[in-house]
Amino acid sequence: MNASDTDEDSYNERTALVPSENPEVQSYSPDADHTPPDSTPSKKPQVTRRAGPAAADGVGGGGGGSSDQEADAEDEELTLKYGAKHVIMLFIPVTLCMVVVVATIKSVSFYSEKTDQRLIYTPFSENTSSVGRRLLNSVLNTIIMISVIVVMTILLVVLYKYRCYRFIQGWLILSSLMLLFWFSFMYLGEVFKTYNLAVDYPTVGVIIWNFGAVGMICIHWKGPLQLQQAYLILISALMALVFIKYLPEWSAWVILGAISVYDLVAVLSPKGPLRMLVETAQERNEPIFPALIYSSAMMWTVGMASPMDAQRSGQETDEEADQRSQGAEPEIRPSRSFPEDDLEEDRGVKLGLGDFIFYSVLVGKAAATGGDWNTTLACFVAILIGLCLTLLLLAIFKRALPALPISIAFGLVFYFSTDFLVQPFMDNLAAHQFYI
Amino acid sequence: MTAAVFFGCTFIAFGPAIALFLFTIARDPLRVIFLIAGAFFWLVSLLLSSLVWFISVQISNKESAAQQKGLLIFGVVLSVLLQETFRFGYYKLLKKANEGLLTLSQEETMPISIRQLAYVSGLGFGFMSGAFSVVNILADSVGPGTIGIHGDSQHYFLSSAFMTLAIILLHMFWGVVFFDACEKQRWWAVAAVVISHLIVSCLTFQNPQYVTSLVPTYVILFLMGIWAFYSAGGSLRNLKLCLTCKDKDFLLANHRPR
Repeated sequence: MNASDTDEDSYNERTALVPSENPEVQSYSPDADHTPPDSTPSKKPQVTRRAGPAAADGVGGGGGGSSDQEADAEDEELTLKYGAKHVIMLFIPVTLCMVVVVATIKSVSFYSEKTDQRLIYTPFSENTSSVGRRLLNSVLNTIIMISVIVVMTILLVVLYKYRCYRFIQGWLILSSLMLLFWFSFMYLGEVFKTYNLAVDYPTVGVIIWNFGAVGMICIHWKGPLQLQQAYLILISALMALVFIKYLPEWSAWVILGAISVYDLVAVLSPKGPLRMLVETAQERNEPIFPALIYSSAMMWTVGMASPMDAQRSGQETDEEADQRSQGAEPEIRPSRSFPEDDLEEDRGVKLGLGDFIFYSVLVGKAAATGGDWNTTLACFVAILIGLCLTLLLLAIFKRALPALPISIAFGLVFYFSTDFLVQPFMDNLAAHQFYI
Repeated sequence: MTAAVFFGCTFIAFGPAIALFLFTIARDPLRVIFLIAGAFFWLVSLLLSSLVWFISVQISNKESAAQQKGLLIFGVVLSVLLQETFRFGYYKLLKKANEGLLTLSQEETMPISIRQLAYVSGLGFGFMSGAFSVVNILADSVGPGTIGIHGDSQHYFLSSAFMTLAIILLHMFWGVVFFDACEKQRWWAVAAVVISHLIVSCLTFQNPQYVTSLVPTYVILFLMGIWAFYSAGGSLRNLKLCLTCKDKDFLLANHRPR
């Protein structure tokens, strides 16, 4: 459950998962569209451990209770275990999103059909005769797309700096409205067409209305955590499907590469928009409106009031935000302002929705082109390993990190190499039924 | 064809592996991560061997079928050797990582033992190997068609499924034996693993005479299974205790508080 005011009391008894001192457990790589989690230094480490059961802890009391060495040893072991736990907490939604996208691509042919329709962000057509011209067009498309994203991110940072919160909130609500109603209506229509089901408009109306309304509530307000996570996964999948359909072939690959580079720059360089966003938010030490982040955890607090609002939910996706892909408002942990008494929290780990979207675009494109499952599997494993490595780096560096570069790099390498090298090899082996 | 064949072959090929995953690995995040890392290592080894094969095909005579087949056989042998090399590489990596963690945490025990790692990495290799071998075949089996319409064997799907099952389990056993042999510096055991892998792959050159390829493979599977059981610390006594539910360690372990 997302923390709601009425349930605070019941959380007292809960044996929370021990919050680890090391932020790798919580902060996470921001990325296109999502907010970089606040970096460690600004967080007061809460190492409150229940003397009770659960988790392998022998460290009682607050951070300084036991000898430092024991605390360190425990920490390391727990860090590893909790680090692993949080890696899995991200593997599962990423896998689910990819599964939804791949299942749709393989069954509903609409999303893998070639179409001449393009998004306005990629105006150059790829139906040209020469390879050079096609390459040029895809690079131009990429430049336009990335500049749109950069502009939107900077706009967001500026709006945030000048405290135009209402504007941003309105923008996000409008976008998630479109995603939850219109795109899901289209999706439902295509699914019905594929399976040749005749469904009347009133039924579809009721379904879409319910789906959308509950989605808006869950994402922007309060709702059960798992429902909210499910909605976020679904809208990421929808967005990824839109990209897969409307981005021209080569442009899609170049955009994936360029966006990883942009992500790297935006988050790590001192003047990067995302970094500025995080730092501004930290300076102000205020909770921001919920952003485009998937959060795997809940905040349980004892006797807290409003700061909760910022923390929970707030994973909405936003079409423009997705396309700018670097939206990210950092989520400030309200915990910093909490009193020192027992605070049980599982900060979990956060991953931006843009990450979900671009991972799924990569795997979906692998599934769409060629119809070969080996390539899809290879990309899937490569992305998961990239995610794992990113989380490892997060544990080491303890600051906001971009989640796209490593995974997308691995994904791209494995896509092209599996498609061109491994596929012929495996095909030949299968034809002769040789096994390696 | 269609659904019956698809589900049947899928469950034959992946049933035991998925059961192993669900019952022993899925609960522990660390094991899942190492499983996926093992799958990744296998993938990289496949990539390298495909690269070499691809290059050799490009520079060869594409018309001659015999030469192509020869190159394919060469590719298979190379791939097997590379897989085992990467298994060794993974072992080294895991040892280093474990040692690093150990010194860092100053603890007596590692969060995951090298034996568990052997099992998990072997299964990871097996999953990936099995998936790459059989997924496309399974995808084809869903659709309409007739097997062996041109005179090929009727049992293509079934034999592929059984072969995949054998390969997945074999990888798991090989992993256990390999890591154990590396730990104890018994290089003859390592060589035996490599040779048995080569034998299994070379047996498949006889397909579609499935009797001569599947039966020895299953014999090797059974023998490797016994070897892995003993090298993992099993014994007849353990087995008896386990089967009669009298093994105290096992019972206690499953009842520890989570």
